[in-house]
Amino acid sequence: MPAKRTAAATGPVPAPSPPTIPSSSTTTTTTTAAASPSSSLSSGPKTLTTNSSVLDIAHTVWQQYLATTPQRTLLLDAFMGFLVLVGGVQFLYCVLAGNYPFNAFLSGFSAAVGQFVLTASLRMQTSSSTSAATVSSGGKGAKGKAAAAAAAAALGNETGGNGISHERAFADYIFGSLILHFFCINFIN
Amino acid sequence: MADSPLNSLLKGNTGRNTRGLLRIIILGTIAAAAVSSRLFSVIRFESIIHEFDPWFNFRATKYLVQHGFYSFWDWFDDRTWHPLGRVTGGTLYPGLMVTSGVIYHILRFLTIPVDIRNICVLLAPGFSGLTALAMYFLTCEMSTSPSAGLLAAAFMGIVPGYISRSVAGSYDNEAIAIFLLVFTFFLWIKAVKNGSIMWGALTALFYGYMVSAWGGYVFITNLIPLHVFVLLCMGRYSSRIYISYTTWYALGTLASMQIPFVGFLPIRNSDHMAALGVFGLLQLVAFADFVRGFIPGKHFQRLLTTMIIVVFGVAFVGLVVLTVSGVIAPWSGRFYSLWDTGYAKIHIPIIASVSEHQPTAWPAFFFDLNFLIWLFPAGVYMCFRDLKDEHVFVIIYSVLASYFAGVMVRLMLTLTPIVCVAAALALSTILDTYVLASPGPNPKAKAVEDTSSEPLRSARKPDVGVTSYLSKLVVTSSAIIYLLLFVAHCTWVTSNAYSSPSVVLASRMPDGSQHIIDDYREAYYWLRQNTPHNAKVMSWWDYGYQIGGMADRPTLVDNNTWNNTHIATVGKAMSSREEVSYPILRQHDVDYVLVVFGGLLGYSGDDINKFLWMVRIAEGIWPDEVKERDFFTARGEYRVDDQATPTMRNSLMYKMSYYNYHTMFQGGQAVDRVRGAKLPAEGPQLSTLEEAFTSENWIIRIYKVKDLDNLNRDHSNAVAFDRGHKRKRATKKKGPRVLRTE
Repeated sequence: MPAKRTAAATGPVPAPSPPTIPSSSTTTTTTTAAASPSSSLSSGPKTLTTNSSVLDIAHTVWQQYLATTPQRTLLLDAFMGFLVLVGGVQFLYCVLAGNYPFNAFLSGFSAAVGQFVLTASLRMQTSSSTSAATVSSGGKGAKGKAAAAAAAAALGNETGGNGISHERAFADYIFGSLILHFFCINFIN
Repeated sequence: MADSPLNSLLKGNTGRNTRGLLRIIILGTIAAAAVSSRLFSVIRFESIIHEFDPWFNFRATKYLVQHGFYSFWDWFDDRTWHPLGRVTGGTLYPGLMVTSGVIYHILRFLTIPVDIRNICVLLAPGFSGLTALAMYFLTCEMSTSPSAGLLAAAFMGIVPGYISRSVAGSYDNEAIAIFLLVFTFFLWIKAVKNGSIMWGALTALFYGYMVSAWGGYVFITNLIPLHVFVLLCMGRYSSRIYISYTTWYALGTLASMQIPFVGFLPIRNSDHMAALGVFGLLQLVAFADFVRGFIPGKHFQRLLTTMIIVVFGVAFVGLVVLTVSGVIAPWSGRFYSLWDTGYAKIHIPIIASVSEHQPTAWPAFFFDLNFLIWLFPAGVYMCFRDLKDEHVFVIIYSVLASYFAGVMVRLMLTLTPIVCVAAALALSTILDTYVLASPGPNPKAKAVEDTSSEPLRSARKPDVGVTSYLSKLVVTSSAIIYLLLFVAHCTWVTSNAYSSPSVVLASRMPDGSQHIIDDYREAYYWLRQNTPHNAKVMSWWDYGYQIGGMADRPTLVDNNTWNNTHIATVGKAMSSREEVSYPILRQHDVDYVLVVFGGLLGYSGDDINKFLWMVRIAEGIWPDEVKERDFFTARGEYRVDDQATPTMRNSLMYKMSYYNYHTMFQGGQAVDRVRGAKLPAEGPQLSTLEEAFTSENWIIRIYKVKDLDNLNRDHSNAVAFDRGHKRKRATKKKGPRVLRTE
C-alpha cells in the first residue's frame, strides 16, 4: 500500500492534532486508517523506544517496508494502491457530479473495493510465509498478552496462514475475481 | 452413537472405511426419514398446495414455467390488488420459483414428465433432506466427536419446529431458505477456519441464493458481522477473518443487489449498515495489524481499542446523520416490532394481525423442540468450554435467535437449527463421556480397563461412579429413552398439528371414520366455473392468494400486504353499514364478495373472528368513520347474538355471515357453534348484495354485488318494495337513509 503509506507519512506533519475524519465510505475510512495510527502513536505513551517524532517513525516504517517486502508483494501493493485510486476517483465523481447511473457507479465502485479486498487477501496468504512472518509473530505476541485463550487462536492463525499454498491462494483469487466481475457486469445495466 | 457397539469390531484402516460407509448410510437414512415424515399430508389428503402464501408461489411458478424467465422477471400482475396491480417480478423473492423451475426443466430434459404441482408439493421435503446433510456438516465443524454431527442431522430432520414450515405442500420461501441458512453458516465457519477466498466466495454465493429466496436473509447479514465483531473485540483478529469476511461482504453484497426486490437496500437500509461498518472496521484493523509488523511496540492493544472507539463513534454519528437526513431508509416496521413487542399493535395493526407475528407462548418452545430445549443451554455451555472461533458463532447465534424466537412465532424457525447443533453437542458429549465409544485408535477393551484416563476426560463431572456399569447403563438408557420419546413426540406433532393443508379440512365422524370437508375448493371452483373471467372478488386479504391461485379471479387485496390503505378500504367496506359499503364496492368494480363463515361447523378461523382486525386496520386510516369501540357491547364484550351492538349488526360482514342462517334451524333455534351464541330469530336483511353461492358446510359464502337499480331507486327502497307485497313489516325500513352512489 504505497499510496496510503506516503499519505500517512505526510499527513500528520502539518497538523499534529488528530485529523477530522469524513467517514462516509470505505475508501475514506481506509485512508484515515493510515492517518490515525501514526497520530495516536505520537500522542501515545513514551514507551516508544528511540524515535520521538512522527516523521522518524514513519520513515523507519517506510524503510523497513521497502527493505523487507519482496518484489512480488510490492507489485500487489502497487495494484492495491491503484485500486484505491480508482475507487477514490469514482467516489469523488459521485460526490461532485451526482450519482445518476447509480447502478453503474455502484458496480464500478464495488468492483474496485472488491478487487482491493481480494488482492489484500491474496497478499496476506502469499506473503505470510515470507515477509509477513514478522507480522504474524508480532500479532501472536500481543495476543498472548491480551487474551487468555489466545493460545488456541494463535495456533489456528499459524495453520491458517501456512496451510494454503501460493498456487491455491492464486486459484482462489481468480475464482473470487471471476464471481466479483460477473456480478458487476450483471449489475452495471 | 449408532455405530458405537461396532467400534470394538472395527479397528484400523478397514474400520475407518466401514465407519465412513456406515456414516453415509446413516445420513441417507436420516434424509429419508426427514423426507418421509413430511409426507403425512400427501398420504392423508392428496398432493395439494397448503395454506395461503404457497398458493401465490405456486401461481408464480406456473407463470415462470409457462412464460419463461425473462417475462417472469418483467411480470406485471393486473389480477391482484385490483385497481392497482402489482409489479410481481420486482417485488418477490424469486429463489423458490426459480429453483422449482430449474428442477422441472432438468426433469423434463431427462424425459421424466412430472407435473409442476408435484414438484412444488415435494420441494420442501426434498430440501429438508438436504438441510439434514448441511446440519451434519455444520455440526462436524463444531465438534470433534463424530456422533454430534449425526445427532444434529437426525434432530434437524425431524424436529417439529422445522417441520412446521416444510411439510409436503407447504411451498413457501422457508422451504429452501432454512437449507440455505444452514449451509451458508457451514460455509462461513469453513471460511473462518481455513481463511481461504474460495470458501468466502462460496459463502457469498449461497448468501446470494439465500437473499433471492427469503427476506430472512437479514439475519445472516447481521449475524456474520456480529460474529466478526465479537471476535475482534476478543482480540482474535487474524488474516483468516479478514480474508473470509471481506470476501464474503464484497461478493455477497453485490450478489444480494442482483435481486430487484432487494436492489439498493444493502447500502440504503439501516438493517444492512452493521455489515458495512464491520467491513470498514476490519480494514482498519487489518491495516493496524500490518503496521504493527514494523513497529516495535507493546502498546498496540491500547492503540487498537482507541481506534475502534473513535471509528465507531464516527460511524455511529454518520449513521444517525444519514438516517435523519433521509439518505438511509429508517428501520422497517417489522424491525421495530422485534425490539418493542407492543410497537406493531399500536402503530401497524397490519403486522400485528398476522398470527405468525405474535409473540411466542412458552409451551410452543417445548412443543416445537421437545427435549432439545433443555439440552440447548448445556450445549451452549459446552461451547464455552473450548471457545474457538466457531463456538463463538454458536453462542452469538443462540443468544440472538432465542431472543427473536421469543418475540415472533415464525422466528422459531431460525432458532431451530442452532438448538439442534447445541443439543447434539451436549448429547454427544454425554454419550461419549459415559459410553466411551469415541472411535479412534484406542479399542474399547483398553479404554474400559484404563480407568486413569476417564477421570481426566470427565474431570469437571463428579467422578464418582462414572466408570461403573450401573451409571453407564442409567445414563445411556435414559438418553435412549429421551431420544425415543423425542421421535414419538415429533411424529405425533407432525401428524396432528402440522400436516393439515388448511385448504381441506378433516374431521372425524362419530364412527371414527374420516370425513373430508372440502368447502374451500368447492367455492373456488364455483367461482372459476360460474363467473366471468374478469369478475373481481373482494375478500379479506387472507384469501387473496387462494382466490388468485384456485379460482383464477382478480382480487382486491391479498396476502402480500404491501398496501395498507387498500386493505383498510376493504376493512372499511366490511365493517360499515351497507349504505356506506355499497359505494366502496362500486368504486372498486367489485362483482363478488367472499366471506368465510364457520358458525355452522364450528370452524374457528372464520371472518367473524378476524373481524376485529379488519375494524382495527380500517380505524387506522379512518378513525372518524370506523370505531372499534362500537363493535363491543357496553360491557366490553364482543357478541354476535341479540345483544350485539347496532354497529355490529349493521356491518356488512355480520350481515353476510348470518344472512339466511336462521332458515337452517327451526323457529329461533339458530346457534353459532364457534362463538356458542344463540342468534336472534330473525336474520339480517341484505339489500345491496344477493347471495350467489354457499358451500356445503356454509364455510364459504359468496355474494354478488347488485347492479344499480333499473328504476333508479336506492337498493333498500327496492328491496322494501319487493318485500312490501309479501310482508308489510319491511316498510319501516324506509327511512331517512340516502344512498350515496357515485
